[in-house]
Amino acid sequence: MSNRLAFLRRIAASGAVAAALLAPAAALLADAGPAVAQEKPQTGGTLNVIVQPEPPILVLGLNQQGPTQTVAGKIYEGLLRYDHALKPMPSLAESWEVSEDGLTYTFKLRDNVTWHDGKPFTAKDVVFTTTKFLPETHPRARANFSHVESVTAPDDHTVVFKLKQPFPAFIKAFEVSSAPMMPAHVYEGTDYKQNEKNATPIGTGPFKFDQWVKGSHIRLVKNENYYLEGKPYLDAISFRVIPDAASRALALETGEVDISQFNDVEPFDVPRLKALPHLDLTTKGYEFVAPLSWIEINHREAPLDNPKFRQALTYALDREFIRDKIWFGLGRVASGPVNSVTTGFEADKKTYEYDPEKAKALLDEIGLKPNGDGVRAEISFTPMPYGETWARLGEYIKQSWSKIGVKVNLESTDVAGWVQKVSNWDYDATNNFVYQYGDPSLGVARTYISDNIRKGVMFSNTMGYSNAKVDDLFAKAAVENDPAQRQQQLSEVQKILVEDMPVIWLLEMEFPTFVNKRVHNAVTTAIGTSENFADVWVDKKN
Amino acid sequence: MAAIASFLGRRLFKAVFILFAIVVINFLLVRAAPGDPATVMAGEAGAADEQFVQQLREQFGLDRPLHEQLGIYLADVATGDLGYSYRQQRPVWDLIAERLPATLILTGAAFVLALAAGIGLGTLAAQNVGRWSDSAITVLALVSYATPIFWVGLMLILLFSVQLGWLPAFGYETIGAGYTGWERVTDIAAHMVLPVLTLGLFYMAVYARLTRASILEVRDMDFVKTARAKGLGETRIVLKHVLRNAILPVITFAGIQAGHLVGGSILIETVFAWPGIGRLAFDAVLQRDYQVLLGIFFVTSVLVIVFNILTDLVYSLVDPRIEVA
Repeated sequence: MSNRLAFLRRIAASGAVAAALLAPAAALLADAGPAVAQEKPQTGGTLNVIVQPEPPILVLGLNQQGPTQTVAGKIYEGLLRYDHALKPMPSLAESWEVSEDGLTYTFKLRDNVTWHDGKPFTAKDVVFTTTKFLPETHPRARANFSHVESVTAPDDHTVVFKLKQPFPAFIKAFEVSSAPMMPAHVYEGTDYKQNEKNATPIGTGPFKFDQWVKGSHIRLVKNENYYLEGKPYLDAISFRVIPDAASRALALETGEVDISQFNDVEPFDVPRLKALPHLDLTTKGYEFVAPLSWIEINHREAPLDNPKFRQALTYALDREFIRDKIWFGLGRVASGPVNSVTTGFEADKKTYEYDPEKAKALLDEIGLKPNGDGVRAEISFTPMPYGETWARLGEYIKQSWSKIGVKVNLESTDVAGWVQKVSNWDYDATNNFVYQYGDPSLGVARTYISDNIRKGVMFSNTMGYSNAKVDDLFAKAAVENDPAQRQQQLSEVQKILVEDMPVIWLLEMEFPTFVNKRVHNAVTTAIGTSENFADVWVDKKN
Repeated sequence: MAAIASFLGRRLFKAVFILFAIVVINFLLVRAAPGDPATVMAGEAGAADEQFVQQLREQFGLDRPLHEQLGIYLADVATGDLGYSYRQQRPVWDLIAERLPATLILTGAAFVLALAAGIGLGTLAAQNVGRWSDSAITVLALVSYATPIFWVGLMLILLFSVQLGWLPAFGYETIGAGYTGWERVTDIAAHMVLPVLTLGLFYMAVYARLTRASILEVRDMDFVKTARAKGLGETRIVLKHVLRNAILPVITFAGIQAGHLVGGSILIETVFAWPGIGRLAFDAVLQRDYQVLLGIFFVTSVLVIVFNILTDLVYSLVDPRIEVA
């Protein structure tokens, strides 16, 4: 409390805004969206958004990194959008229908959509994108559309997907980064990656590509021919590349940028920024990716192959502490492999409280006794090279595990080295966090099924975990058309996994999205600031 | 004149061999780091399969044997082609050329500021040795030299951008303002103030210390006494006699720094979001964008060699006793 008072004094002294003194608590967890939705939107203005790191290219069909999505999500669109509860909403498709047997998906497309170069958007583009472009370039779409038997276009504004067998997760496959619609007239018959139009991306979205000064900024301008009357409201969006985390925080503070997301702001800067009167903080808008962080463990090394050893390591970690002190309160302690906002989550399963004594007892039980120095086992730990917070987590883990006699040697590396080591199974333990994409069949099963033990491939089952029962249940749930049956299969597999502890789940991650109060409707869907921003507007008065 | 021509000829001849060695050694060094561009992109994408990684490796030419890749690269460089960044989908030369102006304007301005202020302050300190102005300059120089450069940058931003709101904190110019002509020059100049000051302070400290020490050594020499005995004015003595003789170590150091100008400053460019070449190089290291990294190494090596030759020429101008050889 004294910290906050000191801080408020500083604000008052520097003569900032008096409003900060009136409602310090209310400002803490305000939601950027609904509160202001009733006001009449104003047209015009430029929005400044942080983009970090700089995306390599902006063609969303070719590259789906986070920063690429943030920018290209305004240029390209998918057939569907999803609300915070992952319920599908219209985007390029104005309506859709799933047959009783779960085998036929029919999409009715809007009929007044044009590409940025003026050509009409039709069913032909959808067929081209989902049968030719994405299966060649997009690993996730390749997997999703492998369930498809045929894609047909009965007329210019209708597309029918016939599946080989039911795949209930399929309805989540039409989000903009999972299946961005690509223009057939630009790409058909060309080498997609070498196409010279890649430098000036052409989509259907509310904003058009204008300028990219490498290392500085990317500028998009209003698409005057957008199909929704009167939208978008903004004249332009500037995406600013600001490589230093401290500088990014300052840019929010001075108002030079309006929006930050994901890891733009380090957790330790969050308490300071959320007290500022001109910024709103929301943690919404990450429901689609629903990242889950964990400690990844190589099951090929003893004693890491022993489930009891992994359980002991779990009991030795105070995950509340990790959330509160390392992530400064961001996130929820994970209870298992499925994020609680993802479809199919099961709450009723074994839990692991912080209990070092129990951990020691388990180690005794499997015969790992302390030697003269009190050491029972020694492992290496490679913190994920994604910023300072992960390094702090590594230090905490080293300390916690040393208390139960497990000696940890920290090894640091950069992204290339980390991917190289982990994907080639050359590690003992590391951190990872993986996106769930709304459904266990899309973003959870891949980590645990033995089919996906593939050397050299990142974000596969790099632990080498294998359980025939788990494989079977995930396989069944993927094609189960009856929701009740499917939930039962998913619940059972979650209960098995928390016994086996193939990885040590840490947090259902929440990221701070800071939005300047002059900005309205910044976060309205499950993909947060990667949304197309057709509805976003800014107050001109301040 | 003939001496200078033959000097240049010999130096350039040697330079070709040095460059060849630099290119080969750099090529092998960057490959020694674990991982490759394909692993980085797979790591950043958050999802991957074999086909994805395989396609990337083929596209980048990484599926060929290393010696073959080196041969191709050397042949390209010999014809003036620095290669292609598949990650950024641009020729390397374009990427470097795009970043070079921002870097040169930043480092060039800082260089001039550092030299002028450093020599000026150093001279002033030496003239007033032992007095309070000497101590003040010495303290300023030591503090500027010892303080981490990114911290100085952040503090300047806090003071001049956040608290006072006088100067822009980041970037090269105001985005989307569409300034032209004089307005644009003023806008860029305003953006330059903080980074140039931050970078300049550090080098200024070095020049001030060097100048001061060197002048103190020279000013009691016989020829200075002679000049004084002739009845020359103090300003003339300092400028024409003392400084001209004391400046050689400063030129040596300036020559080294000039070679680095093109390399930019990773820290300054990162803190001030300045779109220069230092960050391009740093990102290229993390992304294992080999061709970009090698291209930057190559360009900076060429410039270091050029500036070394120029420094030797400047010596002979400042001090006629030194002959180019």
